[in-house]
Amino acid sequence: MLQIRNLHVSIDGQKILRGIDLDVQPGTVHAVMGPNGSGKSTLASVLAGRDGYEIEEGSVTYNGQDLLDMDPEIRAREGVFLAFQYPVEVPGVTTMYFMREAVNAVRKHRGEEELSAGEFLKLARQKIGPLGMDADMLKRAINEGFSGGEKKRSEIFQMAMLEPKLAVLDETDSGLDIDALKIVADGVNSLRSADRSFVVITHYQRLLNYIVPDYVHVLSDGKIELSGDKTLALELESRGYGWINDDVVPQAVAGV
Amino acid sequence: MSSAVEQLEGLTAQEYKYGFVTDIDQETLPPGLTEDTVRFISAKKEEPEWLLDWRLKAFRQWQGMTEPTWPNVSYPKIDYQSISYYAAPKSADDKPKSLDEVDPELLATYEKLGIPLEERAVLAGVAVDAVFDSVSVATTFREKLADAGVIFMSISEAVREHPELVRKYLGSVVPPSDNFFAALNSAVFSDGSFVFIPKGVTCPMELSTYFRINAMNTGQFERTLIVAEDDSYVSYLEGCTAPMRDQNQLHAAVVELVALENARIKYSTVQNWYPGDKDGNGGIYNFVTKRGACRGKRSKISWTQVETGSAITWKYPSCILIGDGSVGEFYSVAVTNNHQQADTGTKMIHIGKDTTSTIVSKGISAGVSNNSYRGLVKIMPKAEGARNFSQCDSMLMGDRCGAHTFPYLEVRNKTAQVEHEATTSKIGEDQIFYLNQRGIETEDAVSMIVNGFCKEVFRELPMEFAVEAQKLLGVSLEGSVG
Repeated sequence: MLQIRNLHVSIDGQKILRGIDLDVQPGTVHAVMGPNGSGKSTLASVLAGRDGYEIEEGSVTYNGQDLLDMDPEIRAREGVFLAFQYPVEVPGVTTMYFMREAVNAVRKHRGEEELSAGEFLKLARQKIGPLGMDADMLKRAINEGFSGGEKKRSEIFQMAMLEPKLAVLDETDSGLDIDALKIVADGVNSLRSADRSFVVITHYQRLLNYIVPDYVHVLSDGKIELSGDKTLALELESRGYGWINDDVVPQAVAGV
Repeated sequence: MSSAVEQLEGLTAQEYKYGFVTDIDQETLPPGLTEDTVRFISAKKEEPEWLLDWRLKAFRQWQGMTEPTWPNVSYPKIDYQSISYYAAPKSADDKPKSLDEVDPELLATYEKLGIPLEERAVLAGVAVDAVFDSVSVATTFREKLADAGVIFMSISEAVREHPELVRKYLGSVVPPSDNFFAALNSAVFSDGSFVFIPKGVTCPMELSTYFRINAMNTGQFERTLIVAEDDSYVSYLEGCTAPMRDQNQLHAAVVELVALENARIKYSTVQNWYPGDKDGNGGIYNFVTKRGACRGKRSKISWTQVETGSAITWKYPSCILIGDGSVGEFYSVAVTNNHQQADTGTKMIHIGKDTTSTIVSKGISAGVSNNSYRGLVKIMPKAEGARNFSQCDSMLMGDRCGAHTFPYLEVRNKTAQVEHEATTSKIGEDQIFYLNQRGIETEDAVSMIVNGFCKEVFRELPMEFAVEAQKLLGVSLEGSVG
């Protein structure tokens, strides 16, 4: 589904990613962990197509297409979803209106009929309930006055509405208490399926107790230094990130 | 790297949709302004002596006045002798008695503008007065309105048919000596609309005037007067367009509103005069004085404006809150793109007790334009318990445009409560990216963000106008991002 090859990225001349290789197969969950400043969020932003990043080298192939060549909205319509670490507020635009436009843009792209207001509302109610949010949230302006937890749950709600093929979760656990964390994780788990993949970016192992990954990668200084299964996350938890650079034995990472 | 800032810069103005010229036989006065010009206009309209005298007095006052220089706009000096002060379609010489007699070319013009004058075709519930250059060419639904006791006609006709009403109220809110442009208008105004809602009547439909400048080198000086007697209600809409011309054209209108006890007047404007081309050539100078007097107790005047056109806008729809418990409102969206300049806002003068006013202003600047909010809230000594809330938000698109806020507060009663909030933001690249990431393209994202920003104002507009305004906003800013 997703192949990242030797990806080098800089911002304002400063190198952030120094040769990332990553393969994501359909239906798998990959956790990308790493200390602050290791390039985790840059990776998420580059996949989603945010402006301001210079691709110096390498390629990203998504379902056989050159992902880096697509505009962000095309990536979204093709099924790439980014759950933002810091979702922005858009005053005066209701979540309902926004999501309906988004869902219909995606449906149109897929050659499907657009949803009527009634159909949309029915679908939205169905998706929002399990996230412990009230349908009234739909009438509020996008993220305006939302608590940290509400913002993150809204991201998961949007993901559920858009049914992406590749979901990138950028530090979705940050700022969540344990109850909110469980709700968010349940939301993600309920979306796991054989043709949907997840890249879960997190600083802490905590989230991975609830969203159990198939693979764990450790990003350090712009490179994936270590890959393994879910036990790697536990090891990181107990030993911290410091040991990676000290006695790391580089492992083959491609092809997991 | 194509940053969003560069995208913002990649600004190409959308073609102005209403820029066509109607080829019609016109009677136009040669350029120049003297007492004879004033006499000519007055004679043309077969006006009574008192009105000619009123005009001449205004003209003499105007001669002694100077153009205001305090607005935050710049333009080359206007040569008032190079403007023609009267242009009228020839066929309107003897005013048509029914729509069937209106020149088909004119009907076609309004059709093209999306304002069908055929009564059958007119949107249910909206009566239209169409003003073409200097004269009113058609007023629809007059009979239906007359049945309700509502008078809706051109001001020239009103002078003939209801001289006592016109004489009583004309200039009573905006006296000729009020300011340079009001004096000029008083001297040479050619037409406009007159509305009178008698006591206890709720006007059965929305009233609207559609202003169209067609002739070249011609100024448009319309005068609108709306009087709402006790316990009456009227909602009035105003729209404006003009052809694309290389030269600037002057539009100096005066609008006066009078609300008596418990009366409510809702006045909405969608101003889309030709803004000039993307290099700043041509466009309308929109120098307008609009003011309403809440004379009766608990009366209410509400101004809503969406200003997207004109090369320069200079306008401050205001309320004088005389009656105890009267209410003034001002909701404004002003958009400037390319080289447009806007200096707009309001004045709320609290004179009566327990008067309240609300100001919500949204300024959006793109291109190399300049957008200023200028507002005065004045609480007079006897305005016990007066309250005002003002909110002025500015949004910048790109980094070559300007947003300015000039709020003036004058409080002379210590029981008054006055609140002012102001924000300035740049349209967020983060916001656009967020919407992009959900599959929404940049143009739609910008329109969504801007419409969200203006929501509090749009919801004050009558339904059809709100839809129109949203579309217009999209068009005005088209190409300003991405």
